[in-house]
Amino acid sequence: MRTTTTLTLPILLALSAGASAAPPAPGASPEERGGYLVRIMSCNDCHTPLKMGPKGPEPDMGRMLSGHPESFGVPAAPSHGDGAWVWSGTGTNTAFAGPWGITFTANLTPDPETGLGKWTEKTFLETFRTGRHMGHGRPVRPPMPVYWISQATDDDLKAIYAYLRTIPAVRNRVPQPVDPPEPAAPAK
Amino acid sequence: MPTPLRPAALLLGLLALGAAGAGSAPPEPPPTLAETGLYADPATLRLAPSVLFYQPQYPLWTDGAAKARWIFLPPGSAIDVSDPDAWEFPVGTKLWKEFAFGGRRVETRFLWRATANDWVFATYVWNDAGTAAILAPVDGVAGAAEIAPGLRHDLPGRLDCRACHESARVEVLGFSALQLSDDRDPLAPHAETLRPGAVTLAALEERGLLSPARPEWVARPPRIPAATPRERAVLGYLSGNCGACHNADNPAGTTGLLLRQLVGSREGSVPPARATTVGVEGGWLIPGASGHGSLRVAPGDPDGSALVYRMASRRPASQMPPLGTKVPDREALELVRGWVAEELTPRR
Repeated sequence: MRTTTTLTLPILLALSAGASAAPPAPGASPEERGGYLVRIMSCNDCHTPLKMGPKGPEPDMGRMLSGHPESFGVPAAPSHGDGAWVWSGTGTNTAFAGPWGITFTANLTPDPETGLGKWTEKTFLETFRTGRHMGHGRPVRPPMPVYWISQATDDDLKAIYAYLRTIPAVRNRVPQPVDPPEPAAPAK
Repeated sequence: MPTPLRPAALLLGLLALGAAGAGSAPPEPPPTLAETGLYADPATLRLAPSVLFYQPQYPLWTDGAAKARWIFLPPGSAIDVSDPDAWEFPVGTKLWKEFAFGGRRVETRFLWRATANDWVFATYVWNDAGTAAILAPVDGVAGAAEIAPGLRHDLPGRLDCRACHESARVEVLGFSALQLSDDRDPLAPHAETLRPGAVTLAALEERGLLSPARPEWVARPPRIPAATPRERAVLGYLSGNCGACHNADNPAGTTGLLLRQLVGSREGSVPPARATTVGVEGGWLIPGASGHGSLRVAPGDPDGSALVYRMASRRPASQMPPLGTKVPDREALELVRGWVAEELTPRR
């Protein structure tokens, strides 16, 4: 009888990326701790596009944390109807469609024009505290788990921000979110 | 599925923000409106003689709510207006704004500079009889009053208050040199006739409530240097409704979209709400359009103007302002559309 080993997608991705989630040593810098938090909080799962590798989908670390690829565009979202399947994602795992419309994961690299280059630490923290883009704008869209991350301490969020300032800047203009279709007018 | 922001998260966030600013929990607002000091006699709702009634000339649109506003300044104090665009209010300053829909009081918002480091934000929800109001929950009240068929007004949570009131250098909105200018804009959307006793810049100056004195604001009241009367009203509306976030002191300012009108800027300079919108491509694309970003204001083409689109939208990813309103401001849209279509010349 042949034995089959099944790897779940996150495990496969982690193996493919060769990522190390070793905890930071005592006295580690905020940047080091931030890098650790980013890895174990799975930020890469959605903010680093997947590419197809020999073992299946794997994170394209050349575009680490740069969000939904601009080159991918904005394909039309599938219709989900009223059944149990209510949302879906692209093969890059960077765009998601559901009742809320279409969401594209943000470019978290320090590119000044398309990433977080102009964001301050305060802006970064307020985004999670308020659940609003840049702390003041539109609501952060699903499936970004902003509610759970809002429970991080200020120090943890500051460490994540510090780490994100150190990663390579990637110029990638992520499309803006798309609203759901207007509800149909009631029949007269 | 993702979980929406919950009350516990809002409370955590509020505490965190407070801790970040002052090193200790901020003071709590009183449990009832009556205890905030607005009324001399809460039973009859007779106002305290120490509060001043005021009417900004470019009022914020809140789905047609009728509003009344008051300010209290501690006796013997004055507002530091050294920076004409960032007034420094004395500790103890309180402001109230009452919202009514269909003739019924719904909420009264309260802003209080409790300490040098703490501004307290709260809102009070009125009972059905309109006789008293109690402190609303920290995360607000959903659906407190009907504003249109099928739409109800939400009382903001305290983080919602901060989203706008902590977006500029000064927490107080609507009580500024431009908003209180005696040279009032007759075309301002939803402009209110100035009621007897309402304080203006001249009244503040006369009472010695501005420090240093600003006699020039009485001799030449602040006025937007617009090309036409209609443009003046448009730029004023954008300043009053959008400038709290879209200013150079706020993260939204990093987009380059600046809608707050400053009175300290050089005379004759192009108003920022015109300079950063007309013919300027933004980072936001009108759905269905091509390119990276639509023109914020496309001369001659209101339908091709992102600013107009977003003002008219109440879809979550598009609407502007992003909170505090569920119904587009038709009067303002008509004004802005007319300005774009008839006063701005398309590029040849």
